[in-house]
Amino acid sequence: MKKALRIIWLALVLLFIYVPILVLAVYSFTDASMVGAGIGGFSFDNYINLFKNDELRGMIFGTVALAVICACISTVLATFGAIGSFYSKKVTKSLINTANQVPVVNADIVTGFSVCILLIVIMRIGKDTFIPLGIGHVVLTAPFVYLSILPKLKQMDNSLYEAALDLGATPAQALFKVVIPQLIPGILSGFMLAVTLSLDDYFITTYTKPSTFDTISTYVVNATKGSQTEVKTALWALSTLIFVIVVVVVVLMNVLSGKKKGAKK
Amino acid sequence: MRALRFNRKQLCIPYAVFLVCFVIAPLLVIVFYAFTNGQGQFTFDNFVNFFLSTNTLGTLVYSFALAIVTTLVCLIIAYPTAYILARSNFKKKYVLLLLFILPMWINFTLRITALKEILSFIEGNISAYPFLNSVIGMTYDFLPFMILPLYNSLSKLDKNLIEAASDLGASRFTVFLRVTLPLSVPGIISGVTMVLLPSMTNYVVLDMLYNSTYIMGSLIGSYFSAYDWNNGSLISLVLLVIIFIVTLISNRFSDKDSENRGAVL
Repeated sequence: MKKALRIIWLALVLLFIYVPILVLAVYSFTDASMVGAGIGGFSFDNYINLFKNDELRGMIFGTVALAVICACISTVLATFGAIGSFYSKKVTKSLINTANQVPVVNADIVTGFSVCILLIVIMRIGKDTFIPLGIGHVVLTAPFVYLSILPKLKQMDNSLYEAALDLGATPAQALFKVVIPQLIPGILSGFMLAVTLSLDDYFITTYTKPSTFDTISTYVVNATKGSQTEVKTALWALSTLIFVIVVVVVVLMNVLSGKKKGAKK
Repeated sequence: MRALRFNRKQLCIPYAVFLVCFVIAPLLVIVFYAFTNGQGQFTFDNFVNFFLSTNTLGTLVYSFALAIVTTLVCLIIAYPTAYILARSNFKKKYVLLLLFILPMWINFTLRITALKEILSFIEGNISAYPFLNSVIGMTYDFLPFMILPLYNSLSKLDKNLIEAASDLGASRFTVFLRVTLPLSVPGIISGVTMVLLPSMTNYVVLDMLYNSTYIMGSLIGSYFSAYDWNNGSLISLVLLVIIFIVTLISNRFSDKDSENRGAVL
């Protein structure tokens, strides 16, 4: 009985989480223009529109490109930042850690607004240069990369670096051949996190983006206010595609990490 | 390569400079703008206006109410869920957990679009129940961020303590109240901070659901559209103070779980 109650509770929460996504997924394969409206028949039109419409295609490409480029910059900056601060004096280290924590706890909207005032209002850097947008996304993502690398640095065997130096490696060689390879898991998960944070961002993007550029978030928000049903239903297709991609990636990562664990045993 | 002689500590310089320029400086700029007027003269006007205007003060109160109700609803849904997941005998608990936090990786604007379709289908006119739908929308968006830290702290819980308590004659309810609940406080605090602040600022959820918003974030949004940097900065400053207080409180309780948002992948 108790067990049944537990399962019912979990099932109810799952229903709350997945009903909207799955209903939309079903409707994305029909020609209906809203949920509950009569379904005329099965159709792939929404998916075809998603790839035929230049605006939509450009928007998706722009979002992904922005996320990947910013995640690369964040990863490089934060990796060296984490290594450097880890070996610095206590004061420097705690100063950097504190500053790093600011964008993590801060509301995205405040981060976005403050970056916008500094770069666009005071320094007068044009929004069209993409510089404010890029910097905004690096500010958002780099601290999380930093945080995912720190634990790996703590786990690392410090004497390896010293040994490499004693054996005649230059600091650069020791860094790239000894230290960084050991940090790879942290760097990779930091990078993935940076990509997902950037993809999901709305506020920093709105306050810093060029007026002609849209990411998925800003585009969807405008589209829900507009009356273009064709765009609206194409976004259902996008939502379904992203859902499928996320499921596939999560399953793959689990299978891979499961295999790794198996190999270790 | 001989020119490349450096100390490991120096690697953090670029990141430190970046943090100073784009994290610390923007915050100082916010403070400066909050206490000056359009001509750059020092003034308390923005500050006084904020606390005298029924509009802004009402928004602050409404934000708090909405954020607190949303946080409580998330907690009420997430705690039993995390508890059941953490205590289950299921072999691949982690896979079950993934099912509950998977929506985190789907763009939130797309998820809210899905929710909006379902809510309009059920309720007809969504804007008839703004508060209720705001809470539903925010809960839908932030629930995974509450489940994850709760699960992490509940699954780390030492099972021996619970067994010891029941061996010593405590009833199941007493065990929960006196052992499990106190030990999961860090998880609760970290979940609360992750839901409370976004639900005061993420006005896009409300904007998408019924085209109008009354929370702190929306004030920044409207000042941004009106190019009123000074009043926008004041709102940001008020939010920063709230964030600072919440962070101080949560740091007293947390067991370094602040990387939760980062520890997902």
